[in-house]
Amino acid sequence: MCPQARRSNEVAETFRNLDWPTVAIYLVMVIAGMVSIYAASYDFDEASMFSYNEFSGKQLRWIGLSLVLGFVLLMVNARMYETYAYPVYVGLLVLLLITPFVAHDIKGSRSWISLGPMSLQPAEFAKFATALALAKLFSGYHFVLNASWKNYARALAIIFLPVLLILAQNETGSALTFMALFFVLYREGMSGLILFAAMFAVVIFVVSLKFADTTVGGVPTGEFAVLVMVVLVSVVMAILYSKRLQTVRNLLIWYGGLALVLGCAGIAGLELPLLPVMLGAIGVATVYISVLAFTRSKLWIPVCTTVLAIGFLFSVNVAFDKVLQPHQQMRIKVALGIVEDLRGTGYNVNQSKIAIGSGGFAGKGFLNGTQTKLKYVPEQHTDFIFCTIGEEEGFVGSAIVTLLFLGLILRVIAIGERQPSTFSRVYAYCVASYFIFHFCINIGMVIGLCPVIGIPLPFFSYGGSSLWGFTILLFVLLKLDASRKAVL
Amino acid sequence: MRKDYNLEKRKYVIGGFIIIIALIFLGRLFDLQLNDAKYKRSADSNAFLKKTVYPSRGLIYDRNGELVVYNQPAYDVMLIPRDVQPFDTVDFCRTLNITREDLDRRFADMRGSVGYSSYTPQRLIAQLSAQDYGRLQEKLYRFPGFFIQKRILRQYNHATAPNVLGNIREVSQADIDRDDYYAAGDYTGDLGVEKSYERYLRGVKGVEILIRDARGRIQGRYENGAHDVKPVSGRDLTLSLDIRLQEYAESLMVGKRGAVVAIEPSTGEILCMVSTPGYDPRLLVGRERGKNYRALVNDETWPLFDRALMGAYPPGSTFKPTQGLILLEEGIIDLTTAYPCAHGYISGGLRVGCHGHGSPLPLKPALQTSCNAFFCWGFKAMIDRRSKYGSSANAFEVWKKHLVSMGYGYRLGVDLPSESRGFLPNDRFYNKFYGEGHWSANTIISVSIGQGEILATPLQIANLSATIANRGHFRTPHVVKAIQDTVLPSATDSLRYPTIDARHYDAVAEGMRMAVTGGTCRRAAIPGIEVCGKTGTAQNPHGKDHSAFMGFAPYQDPKIAVAVYVENGGWGATYGVPIGSLVMEKYLTGSIDPSRKAMETQMLNSTIVYNVPSSKKKQ
Repeated sequence: MCPQARRSNEVAETFRNLDWPTVAIYLVMVIAGMVSIYAASYDFDEASMFSYNEFSGKQLRWIGLSLVLGFVLLMVNARMYETYAYPVYVGLLVLLLITPFVAHDIKGSRSWISLGPMSLQPAEFAKFATALALAKLFSGYHFVLNASWKNYARALAIIFLPVLLILAQNETGSALTFMALFFVLYREGMSGLILFAAMFAVVIFVVSLKFADTTVGGVPTGEFAVLVMVVLVSVVMAILYSKRLQTVRNLLIWYGGLALVLGCAGIAGLELPLLPVMLGAIGVATVYISVLAFTRSKLWIPVCTTVLAIGFLFSVNVAFDKVLQPHQQMRIKVALGIVEDLRGTGYNVNQSKIAIGSGGFAGKGFLNGTQTKLKYVPEQHTDFIFCTIGEEEGFVGSAIVTLLFLGLILRVIAIGERQPSTFSRVYAYCVASYFIFHFCINIGMVIGLCPVIGIPLPFFSYGGSSLWGFTILLFVLLKLDASRKAVL
Repeated sequence: MRKDYNLEKRKYVIGGFIIIIALIFLGRLFDLQLNDAKYKRSADSNAFLKKTVYPSRGLIYDRNGELVVYNQPAYDVMLIPRDVQPFDTVDFCRTLNITREDLDRRFADMRGSVGYSSYTPQRLIAQLSAQDYGRLQEKLYRFPGFFIQKRILRQYNHATAPNVLGNIREVSQADIDRDDYYAAGDYTGDLGVEKSYERYLRGVKGVEILIRDARGRIQGRYENGAHDVKPVSGRDLTLSLDIRLQEYAESLMVGKRGAVVAIEPSTGEILCMVSTPGYDPRLLVGRERGKNYRALVNDETWPLFDRALMGAYPPGSTFKPTQGLILLEEGIIDLTTAYPCAHGYISGGLRVGCHGHGSPLPLKPALQTSCNAFFCWGFKAMIDRRSKYGSSANAFEVWKKHLVSMGYGYRLGVDLPSESRGFLPNDRFYNKFYGEGHWSANTIISVSIGQGEILATPLQIANLSATIANRGHFRTPHVVKAIQDTVLPSATDSLRYPTIDARHYDAVAEGMRMAVTGGTCRRAAIPGIEVCGKTGTAQNPHGKDHSAFMGFAPYQDPKIAVAVYVENGGWGATYGVPIGSLVMEKYLTGSIDPSRKAMETQMLNSTIVYNVPSSKKKQ
């Protein structure tokens, strides 16, 4: 076959094997995004949706360029992505390194590079580069994550190098995005206990902070609840790992007896020192499990979990006060509902909840949203774009957007799992992880469930860098997927 | 590459995680958008500035179409606390001519007020003068968050009839709780027709919906005012009062405490209703209202107490016509029945004094001369007639029922607030006081001459006069004759008939005519008009006798019935008769006959010296 014919054959192959449902979701999202941006920045005087001076007009141009970019990415030979993974990664690291020196200061962040009429944020493209590099690492011959700690070190290095450089640009939100890659590590063999520990740490953090103002028997409700959870977790773990009826029985009798004694004392009106009693009981039980652990080493897991959880519980307040900056502390307290601060930190979230909440079932109708039009919601065409949807399209619109994201993420996971090559699979999980993080944090923040972290809603928020960044991520995946049989 | 199927299962963990997150988000969205209406309200209060547009309050005219109460604009300084930015307080204070401390105090008051919210308009200063308003209006752009709200205040063309007209005051929390219509800062009628006809006078508030952006700037009208509500002006009232007659009667009462009530007998329309001492209704307008109101409340002469409606006085001899009517109706007497009078009524060791006149005499001359003995004998004959009634208590109840039918003992239902019902004792009252079966006519004989336990309001006395003028029926007295574009509430429509046969009234009217031609009311005679009258001289525990008069004119086809009550005025003939007859003359002829000018001057200038606090009798 002549090269010309092979080329056209490959194009036809790509389009035949393209995952069209994903493309459809993508197109629906970017168009809905543009319409929402038009609505969010609509200013009562009737400007055209397509006027270049409007955000929506600019976004339309970005979308057009994205489609071109997507097409170009589909035309590139799939093997090229694997071949050039590390060079792309290194190139991006260099770009991130020089960015603070050439960038202008925009609201304390030096992350934008001007290229003639447009500005781009290298951090958005670093996601793609890191995904390539991580996929490349895992696709190495006989690479098994759990085989050696060195493999972990390599993977973590690939993840944390861009994180450090982005933190240097003062873009905490973008840097946090890379934490989602732990999902990839988990999928590729990292122990589930680490994910569990992370979740448990978040729960301990939230519960102990949120319920610090009330007490149970002289102990703050939060601490009491965490201790109860620790007991439950350690007992469940002991049951799972020891599999000996006697151990389980002993633990249940011990804790059950304790609960009975405390309950009776409470009814009788006796005031036992609750905290020492609980800690003492947990201590005794932990020592007991430790002794058993010498013969059944898996029992070290509940022991360590208990010790670490209690240690974390009693250091969480110190950590909160010492490590986090005051505005970060406020954002967390607002998200947990501990403080309202409606005129300060809580203003954005409160206004965004008002905008969404006032949408009702069917919304106020396109361009009829008052809260967004009158600029009550800040950053409404970028990070808070979901408000416009919530206000104008109501529960119906916001539920559809939520389900679109859910569909996209599940589709990407499914695509990942059908890849014969490790490179493509790991890359797909990277893409899914980024979407998961942006979806959870952005919508979570807008509806007041997460602290405010300034990251965009993929394909909806105004901005070329984020649109291009996510387009590249998705279309490279589509290309890898379309040529999965060829790669074999 | 090999595939680890154990690890592939982890896709379910990750997929499950994101599905759970999505479900949490959907639940939260459901809660925000469908469950909780508070966000909708917050959004509206964010974006919509609802400016109340106050309607103009209904005007009040007298029966001759003369404007009595009208509106004048006033300007309140309002602000929306959250929109206020730091401003030049020195300039602000200088513009409004207030001190810095004053401003701080007003801000503190505003924040402490009920219903304070930093999102809704709050009033900082009420009722600016026109000059202050002008100066502030020019500089208003320097004070973001502030605006001026136009309000309606009342103004009065005549310094008269405060008790009938009433005034307006700011609503209290109780008003707001009672009636949804009101919001803090609204005005409502207080006293008089302003209160009793509040629903007609106030109109309906309008609202203008403006769009406001996050910085508090007004962006225009919401959907070009499509949702605005235009205010509906209040309805005008036409009073039955003749404001000139009212002023004239008030001038006659200057220096005296008491009341004058005049009624048009055929309609029940109140022509004048005076309570003195009164006050200038203009005192209760504007910024000084609070101070003046407190002064009136603390005034020992009780100017806020409407003696015409709320003053319950012993009716004295003005009560005697009712006795004559009852005795005739019950057949205790006829027009020839005569009772002796030996300078009084002497029975069973009891003596009720009387003055010199012929004896024995029948009803008409008894009315003419106001003979106490006649009515005591008549009362005794009725109450002690066991053959007819079985017991004194039963007889007394019959007697009382007749009086109730004539408007005594209960509120007449005048269209003004706070009417007193007067007082009529019943048999239980006496049973409790004296013991059952231990009382008889002589025990309670003084009620037959309007003394003792009997109390009546000047309005009730005037109504009796109107009933006699009508020869046996009356309409509920009322002060509002017409309401613009509305039918008057029905209470005044129907005629009310006392339980006395109409034919008996002629005799009583004739007796009252005789009192003017040759009895106790001779000073009531008006040249060219046949006047009827009955004096009253009521003993009371608070000092000198009260002077009372009840009369109507002309004798045939009466046009006016009047009652006068002057506290501690002495004989009925001293003040009651002249004042009552002058009011009737003024109303009927529009002037005072030269022969009566001296009496008029005397009334205009005479003053009673009161050294005891005003009597206030309420049941």
